[in-house]
Amino acid sequence: MLDFPRWKVWGISLLCLVGLLFAVPSFFPESQVAKWPSWIPSARISLGLDLAGGSHLLLEADTRDVAKQRLEQMQETIRVGLRRHSPPIAIGDISTNGGRLTFMVRNPAQADAAFEFARSQTQPVGLGPRDWTVSMVDQNRIVMTPTQAGLNDALDRAMSSAREVVYNRVDPDGTKEVTVIRQGSDRILVQVPGLQDPEGLKALLGKTARLELKLVDLTADPAQVQAGRAPVGSQVLPMAEGGGRIAVQRRAIVSGDQLIDAKQSFDPQDNRPGVSITFDGRGGRAFGKVTQENVGKPFAIILDDVVLLAPNIKEPILGGQAFISGSYTVASANDLAVQLRSGKLPVKLTVIEERTVGPELGADSIRLGAIASLVATVAVIVFMLVTYGRFGIYATIALILNALLILGIMAIFNATLTLPGIAGFVLTIGAAVDANVLINERIREEQRRGRRVLDAIENGYREASTAIFDANITNVIAAVLMFYFGSGPIRGFAVVLMIGIVTSVFTAVNVTRMLVALWARKSRPKELHI
Amino acid sequence: MRLLKLVPDNTNIDFMRWRNVALMLSIIVTFASIALVAARGLNLGVDFVGGQMIRATFSQPAPIEDIRARIGALGLGDASISEFGNSRTLSIRMGLPPGGEEAANAAGSRVRAAITAKYPDTVFAVDTVSGKVSNELYRSGALAIALAMLGIAVYIWFRFEWQFGVGALTTLFHDVAMTMGFFSLTQLEFNLNVVAAILTIVGYSLNDTVVIYDRIRENLRKFRKMEIVPLLNVSLNETLSRTMVTSLSIMLALVVLLILGPEVIFGLTIAILLGTFIGTYSSIYISAPVLVWLKVDSNSFLPKNAGTSSAERVPSRNESF
Repeated sequence: MLDFPRWKVWGISLLCLVGLLFAVPSFFPESQVAKWPSWIPSARISLGLDLAGGSHLLLEADTRDVAKQRLEQMQETIRVGLRRHSPPIAIGDISTNGGRLTFMVRNPAQADAAFEFARSQTQPVGLGPRDWTVSMVDQNRIVMTPTQAGLNDALDRAMSSAREVVYNRVDPDGTKEVTVIRQGSDRILVQVPGLQDPEGLKALLGKTARLELKLVDLTADPAQVQAGRAPVGSQVLPMAEGGGRIAVQRRAIVSGDQLIDAKQSFDPQDNRPGVSITFDGRGGRAFGKVTQENVGKPFAIILDDVVLLAPNIKEPILGGQAFISGSYTVASANDLAVQLRSGKLPVKLTVIEERTVGPELGADSIRLGAIASLVATVAVIVFMLVTYGRFGIYATIALILNALLILGIMAIFNATLTLPGIAGFVLTIGAAVDANVLINERIREEQRRGRRVLDAIENGYREASTAIFDANITNVIAAVLMFYFGSGPIRGFAVVLMIGIVTSVFTAVNVTRMLVALWARKSRPKELHI
Repeated sequence: MRLLKLVPDNTNIDFMRWRNVALMLSIIVTFASIALVAARGLNLGVDFVGGQMIRATFSQPAPIEDIRARIGALGLGDASISEFGNSRTLSIRMGLPPGGEEAANAAGSRVRAAITAKYPDTVFAVDTVSGKVSNELYRSGALAIALAMLGIAVYIWFRFEWQFGVGALTTLFHDVAMTMGFFSLTQLEFNLNVVAAILTIVGYSLNDTVVIYDRIRENLRKFRKMEIVPLLNVSLNETLSRTMVTSLSIMLALVVLLILGPEVIFGLTIAILLGTFIGTYSSIYISAPVLVWLKVDSNSFLPKNAGTSSAERVPSRNESF
């Protein structure tokens, strides 16, 4: 028992000191920590939204939307591509029904050329299959079926850019501490600390914000348009105001992708709020050219497939600038500007989970929780002291050290403390108490059997360790399984548990043993009060 | 200074004498719990059934009737409204409105708007969970608990013997069933935090069981001639002091949290407190007696094939060198 090598003493002390150093910043306000010298670690434990207050939104993408968009894009590519093919290939009966793109090549002699073209529009996904399979039936009908790999790949790309767009909308200035992460294949998690009322945020994320400028199709028969039918190459869209419908050409003059800026401003004519937009060089030139050729005719400004307004082109618009007016307030125009600037969402997102905690409520919980934990800790310490005397002091040191080490390690990993995490904390503190109790009870037992002081201590530690080991390994197994299979809150619990098990075994076994060895070496006890 | 000894030296309680009584009691309560959960159900929170849970804290005592009228006027279906913890806070619980995710979202906004229109200083905590997410949470919660229990049982089987694994699993099942029964009886809200509490109980009960098993294993090796029942009694008595000190210190801490802690952790704390109690009982009266019925004896820990088979073993060619 007496030989406790010096390197071990140093090692244990050093580990404890480092852990404590990392625990320190979490006890002080962030503003104060920022002023400290740089050698003191500044990583803090972040409090979960359930404790600190804020908003948590889980968004889910409409995967069918992605599939539908891909089909439509491919339809457009094939239609335009075959028309521009030399020699042009005439097709008919094109449809996207049943999740496949099918079309008929009018001249069977060109079927092979059309097939080759369709095939050239597909791409391999990684090393695996291509994103579409192309096949020919009845000599002149070509069927393009999206493959699962292709769909997954498209969804993956849509989700990465959706994440970017969401981030830009939530935090356009990059000043807030927001978390925007992808979860699973089709979800995005948004966490905004301190946000009390997420309604504005939900409105901001609820819109795709796909902006398109298209020419109005004047050849369409108004009666047909009201019935929802448009000529070939055009489509019928609803008007934002008045509830009417209008036919516009399918091909966009410019779209939101070619936008370089959008900001809230006021209509120079009637001073109503709106959004002024600026297109990039290519978009601006295309817009200029089309407006030049179509002076006097109307064009439509379309947001998310709704026609906001359809003004007549009075003169060619050459500067690449346009102004969107309508029934906006300054705030809603500002929201639209943010949406347009952040780009269109490549896929529609729906809020499937919302959790919001008012910051004051969180603060209340923390204050009460802290007081209660403190009192509880003191109660346990007093209990340890009256039960084990000197060894109770060592157990107390180990307990406090354990709590601080857990905090320190959590700070190093930048882990988040949540309500379930506190339950994990309670459990590990319990385990730490138990390890100390196991050791001390065993020492009592060994002493009762007539062993001498040092032997009793030595045996107590050795015999107790198998039980401590088995009990903690089983908890580690549980924690790992929970981490892998549980959802958010259960994971929070598991993380604290895993960290806590390591630190509680370390403090309860190694640290107390060191303290006992140092004491025994110094005072050579002849009898033991335990 | 005289130190506190909760359990006097040389205590010798004949725990196993009442093992059949305890078993009957446990079986009755366990089945009653299962029946209760099946018949009356749990007061599942929005985490598991979807819907909305809104906690509104007012700047004055909560005008519960007025709020009831305001929310009723929105026509969003049944809302159960009650005080939460103190007189200034109301909890408003609503089911999933028909019409999918969009409708659920809109309903939350309308409730909030209806309250802030008259009481602008109100502070909210809102949980809106869609049917899809609640199903997933339910499944992943159940899966995590089941796998954790199974994984533990397998480990104990490897470290001890299969009877111990069965014993640990039975104990955990007993504890979890009773805790769920308690939640069904009291109709306290059963949410994700309570799942964390149940996992804590599983962890604690297990810790207790493993400590006692460890002692039983040690004594099985030490007292080769002793009958299993007295051996269990010796082991339980030897570990009794530790059981008492640990359980009491944890309960002490939990009672403090229960009295002084914030309202939001009430369900969590009371579940763990109850679980500590059940866990202590079950590691004595479930974990240990199971070993008797599964016929554990001192031969269980003899190295396999040590006796007769090694004598019969024919040395292989390599060994004969």
